[in-house]
Amino acid sequence: MTTAMASSDTIPRKAKVGSLERQRRWALGGSYAALSVFVVIFLVPPFYMIVTSLKSSAEISAQQGSPWIPQNPTLDNFIYLATNAQFQRYFLNSVWVTGLVVILSMTIAILAAFSLSRMGFKGSQVISTGVFLTYLVPPSLLFIPLFQIVGALGLINNTWVLVLLFPTLAVPFCTWLMIGYFSSIPKELDEAALIDGANYLQILLKVFIPVAMPGIIAATIFAFTVGWGAFLYPLAYLYSADQAVLTVGIVRELIRGDVFAWGTIMAACVMAAAPPILIYTFLMDYYVAGLTAGATKG
Amino acid sequence: MHHLIEEARLANGRTIAIGMGTEASAASRRAGSLKKLARRRSTTALLLCAPLIVLIVGLKLYPTFYAIFLSMLDRKMEHFVGLDNFAFLLTRHSFQLVIFQSCLFAITAVVMKALIGFIVAHLMHNIRGRNQRIWRGLLLVPWVIPLALSTLTWWWLFDPSYSALNWTLNWLGFESIPFLGTTWNARIAVIAVNVWFGAPFFMIMYLAALKSVPEQLYEAAAIDGATAWQKLRFITLPMMRNIILITMLYSLIVTFADFDIVRILTNGGPQDSTHLFATYAFNVGIESGNIPRGASVSLFMFPVLATLAFFVLRDVLKRSREVST
Repeated sequence: MTTAMASSDTIPRKAKVGSLERQRRWALGGSYAALSVFVVIFLVPPFYMIVTSLKSSAEISAQQGSPWIPQNPTLDNFIYLATNAQFQRYFLNSVWVTGLVVILSMTIAILAAFSLSRMGFKGSQVISTGVFLTYLVPPSLLFIPLFQIVGALGLINNTWVLVLLFPTLAVPFCTWLMIGYFSSIPKELDEAALIDGANYLQILLKVFIPVAMPGIIAATIFAFTVGWGAFLYPLAYLYSADQAVLTVGIVRELIRGDVFAWGTIMAACVMAAAPPILIYTFLMDYYVAGLTAGATKG
Repeated sequence: MHHLIEEARLANGRTIAIGMGTEASAASRRAGSLKKLARRRSTTALLLCAPLIVLIVGLKLYPTFYAIFLSMLDRKMEHFVGLDNFAFLLTRHSFQLVIFQSCLFAITAVVMKALIGFIVAHLMHNIRGRNQRIWRGLLLVPWVIPLALSTLTWWWLFDPSYSALNWTLNWLGFESIPFLGTTWNARIAVIAVNVWFGAPFFMIMYLAALKSVPEQLYEAAAIDGATAWQKLRFITLPMMRNIILITMLYSLIVTFADFDIVRILTNGGPQDSTHLFATYAFNVGIESGNIPRGASVSLFMFPVLATLAFFVLRDVLKRSREVST
């Protein structure tokens, strides 16, 4: 280290600044080049998904020329799906299931997080810890006992089973996230509201929810992601086509067709992936901020 | 009695200082109403938590114990067989493969994800401002598409007769690869898809951690003439140590219990060589209808997950305590 310092002393200052500048420009150029490689690799599947969705079955089976370029791009696959009653059913099922799961999960999570972060009672610490632990329980650990339980409740092959079970995947993380956001609100704010005669419901609605809006958006996106994309539970508990949601509907029902239906399958994937991609395009910053809150604190 | 003492004190105090007396009584009155308020408060608090508690107890805690009970029944769920299901599974070659593949899958995938995430986060950190947002958005696409659907696309890319990847290999002058046809190819393929899906998550976690390292440390090191490697070794890694570890532990849990990729890509094949605990449990418990044995397969994950969860929890609690003080 000392030799490095001594040698740098002998270099004229101006030259050093120049070389640093050049070094930085090289680093930036190199970063862009390397990142481009990663982006190309990472985007191959989504790109190929779109390319295939624009091909007709005849073009796919003919295997003429490069598979990466659609020769006669067509929207037939999308038109077929948009007018197909079965696909419409999957889509609608996904929409209402996800909507209900988001509303249910967020209500449970916000109420609980408010109580756990502000109204500390006996055992609230234990519950907070328990909430985090349940977040670490993966769905694949419990899907078999749950199969028996939802069977006893008469919910096998009923889309409502997802409204019951998806909150178990979304609520723990949403609650944990909201506890963090609520705890960062200064105590003076709700004490002032209490003195002014506000009750807890008013404090929650008029102070906490508006102030913690970024956290609520992040948690909502998480609940949406779970409701829209989860695969194991619908695969295990729903077996008929009219009860299916998008993920299982596409994987199970569309693949039963002949080998060359890949154009339709990929078009279905594009349509099913569009809502999350749209949401993330506009709200990504909130989600990343919520997710990495822990990473930046330490 | 209590009332009397208070009054006497009041009378006593009035001769000395009026303010003090009234203050004392007001304080005691406030304490009483505060106690009442506190009691009402904790009832409300418990009420607000009730839905969460019902959900967790009913659909997480109860199923866990129910799984343990189920795993000790025979196939028809009539007789108690103790640990026979577990013992039987351990003797089966296909289940030994599951244990091997689950460990291989989780460890390799997590290490690769962490490595790629770390590299990409550094590259991204060099780019500032608006551009960084755009590049980050592009790299997050794999993580945003529902996994079941992107895995389907991978399957189509790996298709034995229509593989676009093989077309590219042929075009470049290489032989075609049976991506999902042989044991080790299939094992590598499912790991690759998991890395593709999960690396962006590591990237954003590590990028956030990188941003929180104070710039002055690097400036001070630069003045001391530190090389890039030294900066990485003595500043970046120690500063990011916690977040690197916790992200890896968390990802180990999720990856170890992964279901979607293997289910869609290989469904355990060829010859049961790529099954994970989750997919094997699905085949045994749901598809073959042997609920108790399926439950035992899932429960084999429990000790591993519990150990990992313990370390994650310890770190998270320590961290939140540090932040609050």
